[in-house]
Amino acid sequence: MATRQTQLLARSLLTPAVGLLFIWMIVPLALTIYFSTLHYSLLDPGSEAFIGLENFRYFLTDPAFIASLQNTLVLVGSVLALTVLLGIPLALLLDQPVIGLNIVRLMVIAPFFVMPTVSALVWKNLLMHPVSGLFAWIASVFGLTPIDWFNDVPLLAVILIVSWQWLPFATLILLTAMQSLDEEQKEAAEMDGASAVSTFIYITLPHLARPITVVILIETIFLLTVFAEIYVTTGGGPGLSTTNIAFLIYSQALIQYDVGTASAGGLVAVVIANIVAFFLVRIVGRNLEA
Amino acid sequence: MARMATTKQVAVSTIGAWLFGFLIFFPILWMVLASFKTELEAFAIPPSFLFFHWTTENYATVQERSDYLHHALNSIIIAGGSTLIALLIAIPAAWSMAFSPTKRTKDILLWMLSTKMMPPVGVLVPIYLIYKSFGLLDSRIGLVFILCLGNLPIVIWMLFTYFKEIPRDILEAARMDGATIGRELVYVLTPMAIPGLASTMLLNLILAWNEAFWTLNLSTSSAAPLTTFIASYSSPEGLFWAKLSAASTLAIAPILVLGWFSQKQLVRGLTFGAVK
Repeated sequence: MATRQTQLLARSLLTPAVGLLFIWMIVPLALTIYFSTLHYSLLDPGSEAFIGLENFRYFLTDPAFIASLQNTLVLVGSVLALTVLLGIPLALLLDQPVIGLNIVRLMVIAPFFVMPTVSALVWKNLLMHPVSGLFAWIASVFGLTPIDWFNDVPLLAVILIVSWQWLPFATLILLTAMQSLDEEQKEAAEMDGASAVSTFIYITLPHLARPITVVILIETIFLLTVFAEIYVTTGGGPGLSTTNIAFLIYSQALIQYDVGTASAGGLVAVVIANIVAFFLVRIVGRNLEA
Repeated sequence: MARMATTKQVAVSTIGAWLFGFLIFFPILWMVLASFKTELEAFAIPPSFLFFHWTTENYATVQERSDYLHHALNSIIIAGGSTLIALLIAIPAAWSMAFSPTKRTKDILLWMLSTKMMPPVGVLVPIYLIYKSFGLLDSRIGLVFILCLGNLPIVIWMLFTYFKEIPRDILEAARMDGATIGRELVYVLTPMAIPGLASTMLLNLILAWNEAFWTLNLSTSSAAPLTTFIASYSSPEGLFWAKLSAASTLAIAPILVLGWFSQKQLVRGLTFGAVK
C-alpha cells in the first residue's frame, strides 16, 4: 500500500521531467505557430505583420514543396524497402550457426555508430567520386562507364548512403526478434516434414510482423528528418533534386531568412510526423499493457 | 537442445555471413586505410589496398591545422554533459513511475514518447531565434541543453523499462525490515539498477555524440563538436581525402567501441521497449 506521503514524493520526483518536456514541447511550438501567421523576414526587420494563412498558402503551393515532398517520400520509401528487404535475409543468415558470429555481428552493426557527416563524406568522396572513387575503378575494371553519382542520380546516391546507415538497425532488431522465437516450434515443424521455405513463411515471417512494423515506424520518424547527409553532400541540389522537406525548411529559415514561411513549413512537417507517430504510439502503448 | 547442423550447412552460412559482414563494414575499413595513405595515394587509380607507403602524418596534420582536440573536447563535453543532466532529471522520474505508478502513468509515458516524435526542423526557427537573442548560438551550454531535452524521453523510457524489471518483492521485504525510503534507494535499488543505468548512459552518449541536426545548425566554430568539424571538409576546394579519413577515423573510433559494447541495449532503447 502506497501511503499518501510516498505518493506525494513520487509526484514531486516526476515533476521536473514532466515540466521540462512540457516547456520544450509547448514554447517552441507555440512560437512556430505564431511566426507562421506573420510576414517575418530577418533580412527585412521591423516589417512584421499579421497575414493569416498566407504563409501556408505560399509554402504549400510553392513548386519546391511539391518537389521536396516527392523527394521525401521517395527517400523514406526506398530506404525502408532496402533496409527491410536486405535486413530480413541478413538477420536470417546471422541466426544460423556461423563460425565467428560475434565478429560478423560487430561488422554488420558498425555503420550505425558512424556519425552522419562522416558516412556521407566518406561515401561521396572515397567511394562515389566519378573519377577517383572506388566504385568508378570497379566499373572501369569491368569495362563499364563510371556513374557520376551526385550529378546523374543524386537522390539515389543519398538513398544508398542512408540505407547503409540504417541497414544495421533493421537487421539487429529483426535478429533480436528471431532469436526470441521458440526453437521448439521450428523443430516441431521440421519433424512434421516442413521445408525450410515453408518454416520461414508460416512460422518465422508471422513472428516478424510486429518487429517489422516497429522498424518501419521508427525508421520513418528518423528518415523524415534526414538532414546532415544532404547538407554535406549535395546541399539539396542539383536544383531541387535532393531537397527533402527538412532541408527545404532549413534553407528557407537559415539561408533565405524567411521566418514566416519556414515556420509554416515546420508545422507541415510536424503534422506529417504526427501521422506516423500516432501509429507508433499505439503499438508501443499496447505493449505497455501486456 | 538446438538443432544439429551439418558441417556443410555451417560452412555455407559462415561464408555467406562473413561475405555480407565484410561488404557492410568495407566503407569503414576503406576509410581507415585511406587515413594512412598520402594524399596522392588516397586519390590514386588503380587504388592500392594494402601495399602502399603507410604514414601517420595525416593524423598529425589534422591536429596541427585544425585543432582536432578542441573539437573532440567539445564533443565530449556536449555528449557527456547532456547525458549526465538527462540522467539526473530522468532517474527520479522513471523511479517514481516504475515504483509508484498511478492511473495516469501510462499516459504520461506515451506523451513523453510523443515529444520525441516532433521533427526538430519544426521548431528550428524559434529555437534559432531564442538562441540568437540569448547569445547561445555556437555555445557549448546551448548544445548541452538542447541535446539533453531531445534525448530525455529516450532516457526516461529506457530507465523505466529497466526499473520495472526490479522485483518488487525485494522492496517489500526491505520495507518489512524497516528500511526507510532513503535506505531502500541506496542499499537495495541502486545496486540492482546499475546495469540498466550504465546501458542507458552508453546509448545516450552514442546518440548525443552522433547528433547532427542541432549541432550543424547551432554551432559554427568555437563550440563545434566533431559532427560540425567533419562537415567543414565538405567544401569542394578544401578536400583532402587522407586528412578527411584521418579526422573521421578519430571521430568515430571511440563511439564504435562504446557502440559494440551496447548493441543489446540499442535495440531496447531505440524501440522504446517494443522489441527486447
